[in-house]
Amino acid sequence: MTPTPSAHPSARSIADDIRTGRRTAVEVCAASLAAIASNDPRLTAFVTVTGERALETAARIDADRARGAGLDRPLLGVPMAVKDNLCTAGVRTTAASRVLADYVPPYSATVITRLQEAGAVVIGKTNLDEFSMGSSTEHSALGATRNPWDEARTPGGSSGGSAAAVAAGMVPAALGSDTGGSIRQPAAFCGLVGLKPTYGRVSRYGLIAFASSLDQVGPMTRTAADAALVLEAIAGHDPHDATSSHEPVPSLRAALGRGVVGLRIGVPRTLLQDGVDQGILNGFDAALARWTAAGAQLVDITLPHTAHAVPVYYLIATAEASSNLSRYDGVRYGARASLTREQGLRDAYMLTRAQGFGDEVKRRIMLGTYVLSHGYYEAYYLKAQQVRTLLRRDYDDAFGLCDVVAMPTTPSPAYRLGEKTDSPLQMYLEDIFTVSANLTGLPALSAPAGLTSDGLPVGVQLMGRMFDEATLLAAAQVLED
Amino acid sequence: MSSLTRDEVRRIADLAHLALSEDELARFTPQLSAMLAMAASLAQLDTTGIEPTTQALALPTERDDQAQTSLDRPSALAAAPDTALEAGLFKVPRVL
Repeated sequence: MTPTPSAHPSARSIADDIRTGRRTAVEVCAASLAAIASNDPRLTAFVTVTGERALETAARIDADRARGAGLDRPLLGVPMAVKDNLCTAGVRTTAASRVLADYVPPYSATVITRLQEAGAVVIGKTNLDEFSMGSSTEHSALGATRNPWDEARTPGGSSGGSAAAVAAGMVPAALGSDTGGSIRQPAAFCGLVGLKPTYGRVSRYGLIAFASSLDQVGPMTRTAADAALVLEAIAGHDPHDATSSHEPVPSLRAALGRGVVGLRIGVPRTLLQDGVDQGILNGFDAALARWTAAGAQLVDITLPHTAHAVPVYYLIATAEASSNLSRYDGVRYGARASLTREQGLRDAYMLTRAQGFGDEVKRRIMLGTYVLSHGYYEAYYLKAQQVRTLLRRDYDDAFGLCDVVAMPTTPSPAYRLGEKTDSPLQMYLEDIFTVSANLTGLPALSAPAGLTSDGLPVGVQLMGRMFDEATLLAAAQVLED
Repeated sequence: MSSLTRDEVRRIADLAHLALSEDELARFTPQLSAMLAMAASLAQLDTTGIEPTTQALALPTERDDQAQTSLDRPSALAAAPDTALEAGLFKVPRVL
């Protein structure tokens, strides 16, 4: 096993091979299952592997192909992993929580249906921080996932299982979800391309909600071209999700190869003066040099309210989470705590939730409950929403001067398992570069930008204008040449 | 108000429907206080007259009110810990 991108075929080349008959979908699927069987006992990227279903789907694709049917499907026979907070009809969906340990949804998320329509073979469900609350995949009821680059380290989170599965070559592409960086930070820690689409670009129907004004689903892949392929398959309006946009989805594949000639890249240098690891800064500067050599210009920008982005994010995200997670009460789904004869409905709620949720989820539900409670709402929640407006204005001003904004994805590379679990606050502060994209709704991508002197991946983040994922993908591709 | 007492945390847990042990209360009280202390920086910002942002995208909030098919009742009940299937109901512990 090696995490280097060149060692494993891309989703695009797999689909081409199956289309032209060089490989069958069943062969590709079996190879992917074999890679999972040999690597996953060490990495714990997967919560559930649906091997039998996947092989049946692959056999149907091969049978279709023999009749000349379905050859235009862009992800033809591509094995994909999906984060276990996306509902899959008939397949257990846990959100890595005890409270949903045996939950089998009666329907599939729209993104899952769309992947299947595009020819993808969903091969399993990946590990995450419980309900996506965390940045290390250590807050999972099923145990921590390990980083394929260094198994003593975290793959990042919360989509750490998806990141590890792709980086270890178990699958060429996966879906994650991103509420405050949960696609981009694990992509950075594992040397992948990870894209949080514009808010509204991708349907959240069937995504287990964390913070509804922030959540988006997006691709995690080894190349920008594969991210484009997957995003095109899942993007676009969905009548089942009132927050999905009617904005047309352009051909993202056509945007690839467009290069960065004349692209104005805004760099907020003042944000990088303190607290950013030297290896990260070196990788970031090398990426900027690649872009300028390819014809881009650098522009100095300031984003003065970024210093407040982390508290704004944690106030808003926990407030929304406290409301979203009130549904786990042991009535409609999930295990219910056993009661004594004297106990009633309220005890059932209190005990079911106490036994079903882990520490991090409890902390966030309580913070959110507090900031929404009488007497504190104005000082915390309303204030955070007002500063959210100021953050958005910073970016409106920046996009008057530049076309994309670049900064490192994370202040440091992947840290050791257990290194930050005792101090939740320390872990939150690591989200400084990623949370603004969720608060503003802007699309943001993390692309690989070399390695630190310790051999750990560095991620560079690009943020674009609303619905301009194409420019981000084209710029990310320049770094791969 | 950036430091919480254990009694306040007990009250919040009660509002959030979480039965916490004394051990958890002891652990969470300083952690939640630290989170609120982080948010104290926002108080320095003058936000007079600034509109709050609730959603990143202004989306239409209304659609035509048309009846559509949805989950059938047995599927909707299938994941529940206790049901009265024939009656098509979720069952809960005694309320009174």
